[in-house]
Amino acid sequence: MALSRDEITEKVREALVDALGVDEDEVTLEARIGGDLGAESIDYLDIVFRLEKAFNIKIPRGDLFPDNILSSDEFVQDGKLTEKGLAELKARLPYADLSQFEQNPNVQDIADLFTVEMIVGYVESKLGGEEG
Amino acid sequence: MRWIWIDRFVEFDRGRRAVALKCVSLAEEHLHDHVPGFPVHPPTLMIEGMAQTAGVLVGDVFDFKEKVILAKVTRATFHRHVRPGDRLRFEAEVQGEVRHEGAAITGTITSNGDLVAEIELMFAHLDRSREPVEPGEGNFVFNEDFIRLLRMRQLRGLAANGPAPSA
Repeated sequence: MALSRDEITEKVREALVDALGVDEDEVTLEARIGGDLGAESIDYLDIVFRLEKAFNIKIPRGDLFPDNILSSDEFVQDGKLTEKGLAELKARLPYADLSQFEQNPNVQDIADLFTVEMIVGYVESKLGGEEG
Repeated sequence: MRWIWIDRFVEFDRGRRAVALKCVSLAEEHLHDHVPGFPVHPPTLMIEGMAQTAGVLVGDVFDFKEKVILAKVTRATFHRHVRPGDRLRFEAEVQGEVRHEGAAITGTITSNGDLVAEIELMFAHLDRSREPVEPGEGNFVFNEDFIRLLRMRQLRGLAANGPAPSA
């Protein structure tokens, strides 16, 4: 049976609490994984493992947290995402809210896009995609 | 003293699970220095023992060619003291599978059937995405001494593909 968005959110919250050692009430939908919840690089892998287990899904490398966009000159120039880079990011993160980021696409602000809500959206699309 | 905090592997299921033993002896210096007058095996060294058990488990998957680094102690809960004469049993299990980026491990430590500790660890493969891995060269984690040690312990097949020890 398909999980409701609330059920997905609850499981995502649980994964983040366990991976990051944060309190449950800190894990709001708006919370940024890095900026607010203090995730460091290895934590992203931990989160991926926990989501895979919690939802019985496979998350390929770079699928949830695309890190390879930043290493390409085509996508990044002078510390900002190019139009092409922005299009790529949109394609890779269709569930993320890029409206604010688009106005000033500083590479260093990309991490702020990774919110709890984005992860919930990712899992939702992943589960939906696998069922359909 | 050598930085080895497990004595022997007793089970090894490649890529999945490993069990190692450690006998705690009053002959070990650290038991006298940690809490003077009350010899106990420090919890930090139990984390190290679990990291060594699990590190070999993870390293074996790519034939000890990766630099397997303990990246995070996700959780460590200790339930009792470990005293001289105790024999610790480290059971490490891979969560899901060992990936190219690293692995997550769940472990328990028991002594004579009693739960001593529950430990979760994360391992990362150092430089996996940035440099080609050259087999047998410059791996400061699984170095020649380590491979020799594995062979000495008769972990059959475990080091079969590792670099040959120098004469």
